Amino acid sequence: MTDLIQLQESIWARHSYLILALPLLSFIINSLLFSKKKKISAAISTVLSGASFAYVLGLVIPWFKIVLKAGSAPAQILWNWNWFPMTENFGVKLGLLLDPISAMMLVVITAIAFLVHVYSVGYMKDDPGKGRFFPLLSLFAFAMLGLVISTNLLQMYIFWELVGVSSYLLIGFWYHKPSAVAAAKKAFIITRFADAFFLLGIVIVAWMNGSVDFLLINTPEAAAQLNRTVSLGFASFNALSIATLLIFTGGWGKSAMFPMHVWLPDAMEGPTPVSSIIHSATMVVAGVYLTARMFPLFSAAPFTLEVVMWVGAFTAAFAAIIAITQKDIKRILAFSTLSQLGYMMFSLGVARMGTDINSLGYSASMFHVFNHAFFKCMLFLGAGAIIHRVHSNDLDEMGGLRKQMPWTYAAMLIACLAIAGVPPFSGFFSKDEILLTALQNGHIAVFVTGTVVGLLTAFYMFRFFFLIFHGEARTEISTAKEDPWMTFPIVLLAIPAAVGGLLLHKAFGSIVIPPMQISDICFANYDWVPWLATAMGVLGIALAWVLYGRKQTDVAAVLNTEDRPRWYQVVYDKFYIDDLWLWFSRTLIIKTFSGGLKWFDRNIIDGTMDLVGAVLQRGGVAVRKMQNGSVALYLGLFFTGLFLVAWFGNLPLK
Amino acid sequence: MNLASFPIESYGLTLMWVIPLLTSLITFAVPARNHKRIKIISAVGAGLNFALIIGLTVRFVQVAGLAQINTPELFSGQSAHLFFAMNVPWFSTLNINYNIGVDALSMLMSLLTGLIIFAGVFASWEIENQAKEFFTLLNILVSGVFGVFISYDIFSFFLFYEVAVLPMYLLIAVWGTGRKEYSAMKLTLMLVGGSALIMAGILALYFESGLSTFDLNALAAHPFAASFQNWVFPVMFVGFAILGAMFPFHTWSPDGHAAAPTAVSMLHAGVLMKLGGYGCLRVAMYALPEGAKLWMPYFMVLIIYNVAFGAFIAVRQKDLKYITAYSSVSHLGLVLLGLGVLTYTGLKGSALQMISHGLLTALFFCLIGMIYGRTKTRNIDEMGGLLKVMPFLGVAFMIAGFAGLGLPGLSGFVAEVTIFLGAFQNDSIIMRISTVLAILSITATAVYVIRSANRMLSGPIQIPAHAQLTDANWIERIPVILLLIGLFGMGLMPRWISNILDTSLNPIFNNLMR
Repeated sequence: MTDLIQLQESIWARHSYLILALPLLSFIINSLLFSKKKKISAAISTVLSGASFAYVLGLVIPWFKIVLKAGSAPAQILWNWNWFPMTENFGVKLGLLLDPISAMMLVVITAIAFLVHVYSVGYMKDDPGKGRFFPLLSLFAFAMLGLVISTNLLQMYIFWELVGVSSYLLIGFWYHKPSAVAAAKKAFIITRFADAFFLLGIVIVAWMNGSVDFLLINTPEAAAQLNRTVSLGFASFNALSIATLLIFTGGWGKSAMFPMHVWLPDAMEGPTPVSSIIHSATMVVAGVYLTARMFPLFSAAPFTLEVVMWVGAFTAAFAAIIAITQKDIKRILAFSTLSQLGYMMFSLGVARMGTDINSLGYSASMFHVFNHAFFKCMLFLGAGAIIHRVHSNDLDEMGGLRKQMPWTYAAMLIACLAIAGVPPFSGFFSKDEILLTALQNGHIAVFVTGTVVGLLTAFYMFRFFFLIFHGEARTEISTAKEDPWMTFPIVLLAIPAAVGGLLLHKAFGSIVIPPMQISDICFANYDWVPWLATAMGVLGIALAWVLYGRKQTDVAAVLNTEDRPRWYQVVYDKFYIDDLWLWFSRTLIIKTFSGGLKWFDRNIIDGTMDLVGAVLQRGGVAVRKMQNGSVALYLGLFFTGLFLVAWFGNLPLK
Repeated sequence: MNLASFPIESYGLTLMWVIPLLTSLITFAVPARNHKRIKIISAVGAGLNFALIIGLTVRFVQVAGLAQINTPELFSGQSAHLFFAMNVPWFSTLNINYNIGVDALSMLMSLLTGLIIFAGVFASWEIENQAKEFFTLLNILVSGVFGVFISYDIFSFFLFYEVAVLPMYLLIAVWGTGRKEYSAMKLTLMLVGGSALIMAGILALYFESGLSTFDLNALAAHPFAASFQNWVFPVMFVGFAILGAMFPFHTWSPDGHAAAPTAVSMLHAGVLMKLGGYGCLRVAMYALPEGAKLWMPYFMVLIIYNVAFGAFIAVRQKDLKYITAYSSVSHLGLVLLGLGVLTYTGLKGSALQMISHGLLTALFFCLIGMIYGRTKTRNIDEMGGLLKVMPFLGVAFMIAGFAGLGLPGLSGFVAEVTIFLGAFQNDSIIMRISTVLAILSITATAVYVIRSANRMLSGPIQIPAHAQLTDANWIERIPVILLLIGLFGMGLMPRWISNILDTSLNPIFNNLMR
């Protein structure tokens, strides 16, 4: 591995702090100096984000060549700075960990951030808040990059929170819109709720292991050290299970897994470039990334992996079902994101069979993260271009856009085929591997779920596609040309969506493997799985064609949401999970619990304090009457006192 | 005069409390109608003092940093090592000395106080009614606060403390808003009740030790009998904890802060309430370690009410000042939690939280004062869309809120995460439950911060008149920017504060573990 050591000495590696510094610089300069000068702000942000993409390529491409040749990619720490030394032997470090998954995420984030910046130049052209938009986008890029290069859990938590805040600020970007503000609040508080558990998990790991460094806790020794009983006060738990589960809860919320998924569809209130980069391609993957990052430790705790698997599989199915009925195109994509995140999650969950680790689950999950980032980002950017054109999110207002937006149409077709899992587009490869792992490791129920969800995915994506682009136009649409600022990134993103899977699936399989002891047993290879997956995709597309794509489709009836059977209503209303949350938070916690506490505090506690004051005051008033100047009373009191002293006391009078 | 040759190390600390006192005398001599001049004199006095304290702190960091490297044994013992010390007999019959000095914690607290009062003078620029008396009293109060931080003779510690508490009554009762007489009376009575307990504790230490000294280091070195510590510790702890707003003695704080004028709220929540935690650490735990070990688990039950339930109560408040006051109750609960777990990391976190919360809450009250001055309401339901009309104040409020909910990069995170890590190291059942509840309560913190910021700043404007409001002028921006620098500085570079605090916490911790 001398090549890797040489790489560490190279100029790219020595200045790799620039990966963080460039977007941070853009945020600081723009927010302090150019918040009024919108054009300059956009230019600086875009250029600096392009620069950080170039820098990442400069670092990752040589690294990739080396590891591809060597066939393995050990983790490297390029720098690790003791940012906050808490005690002599414990501190919060900030550093850069370079390994396959962080390298992959660095490329994905900087590439997408750059393209989204370019796109936003067109998309936000006439927005009065443009001066706020670009610095916030840079802040997000900074936080997300810091998250993926984390060398330890606390660094990850730090950037995790920063990512959450930039997401909050960008969802609520149009802060005069009450719905946007409410969505931002919902997103922040639900993820924060999950983060509280995440922090507790970190605290447990830090306490039991004395370290939170990934390279130290992702070891069998650390797992053995954690595998003890710990008392949390009210009950005792196995520290390994509880800590991993708590840490996973952080990812559960961030990746919007059921039942904490409710914030993601609402987050679509933000500007579309934001939905594209934050709420589909990068930030929501953070939960999956965290699970992958901690995979060696998680896989030592079978119960946690079981939870990961079921949460993922359930969310995949649940969100796909809802996506079928939605009419807001961004929400359809949001539910589709949820469903795909479910795939990535359960792929990690199924990667263990007995005591054997099947590295395919891990690499397939990461491969899906990679593929999904590009095609989903592009779908959102395409949706944004459409919304920009028709000024509505609603399928009711669309149709027949094929002719007006030929570039977008072609690119979207590729992305839809990719997500539907049709070969040779990218999604096919990763999804096929995920299903294969589930089957290999004997999780039949999960395998069946995944296969059926594949069918649903193809179906709802082509419902979306046909209802937007085919048929007759349902509103008048301007015939202006497509804005090149917006079309260029869309078309560019179609390239990885088309060929990314074909080119990279070998490399992912050999390099992106969990950093741990992997079973060398040969897992059964089921040749028919790719055929089945493809058949499901094609079947879904065909169904969508029959129902929505043909000329004779009655679009009005298809999009009608009023006179529908009861089950359709329930699905359309997202199984009322949102209302359940609302009841839980607003009625139960805020009104009842907080309200009750407030009453208790004001009336009982403060009431007691006031009572003490009142008693003293009344007592004073009463005692004051004794000092009334009457000699007779004074004398009487004097003798009474003397008598009492003589009677009870030990005075010589006795 | 050559400034460089000024013997800052000998007289700097004394000047720290003398300058505010002189300022107050000068303002007292200025004709009452000349508001502007009074304010300028106060600002100059506070600015001078702030500059002096910055100078002292820089010097301190140099000296203590060198000492940490060259003579680490100074800090590894059980006795606090004082810098810039001075010890002059004052009332020799009772052996009361003017015994002053600073260690890292008191130096940082003085820096915090200097910053807050400098900011506070600018935040009080709008005061027109009896400005002369206001600034005179404010400066006396400040003088007392500085005195407390530098005193190592617990008699003068107490004396300065009383000097700080009493002007508060007048400041709230005269210049306050709402139910000001009631609130001022409530605050003063409860705090004086606390002082009575502290006084009893101090006298008990004085007589029991038989050393006839009030020297804190000497008393801390004296091995008090466990039975003695076990009854004096709770007396002193409760005395200080009343000031630190421990449940159930916290109710003076929401009422008091809601009624108090801006600068008083800033100073009181920012600095004076810290005297609670500071006193617990510096006097009660330092001198009575055995008592602390026995009693802390029981007090933890009260403290967790502060941390968790304080946050939940803040969720249900509508008045900005009540929200901030209950958030202070919750955050100060964390200070006591850090102390109560009796681990080194906990103490460190607690000290950091004192400083962080000082900056944070001062900024909150400062902003609320300015917002209230414009909107004439503090009810968040009557506001909305204010970010559009006052972007500077709005953004500053958001940043303060983020600091409050512990966003990394701002001071709150550094303190909170240290406290949580420290708290989990104590594995008794009650501490565990408290820690778990405290960590989970950060969700409630997020709820009240986001809720109040959203209601106030976003959405449509509720009252048409609010559309004509103006943003902060440059005088108002000074305190806000200063406090923001503090929040970011501590949040981004916690390293030097954390390192320097070791010099002050090690002796206390060693004493605790002996």
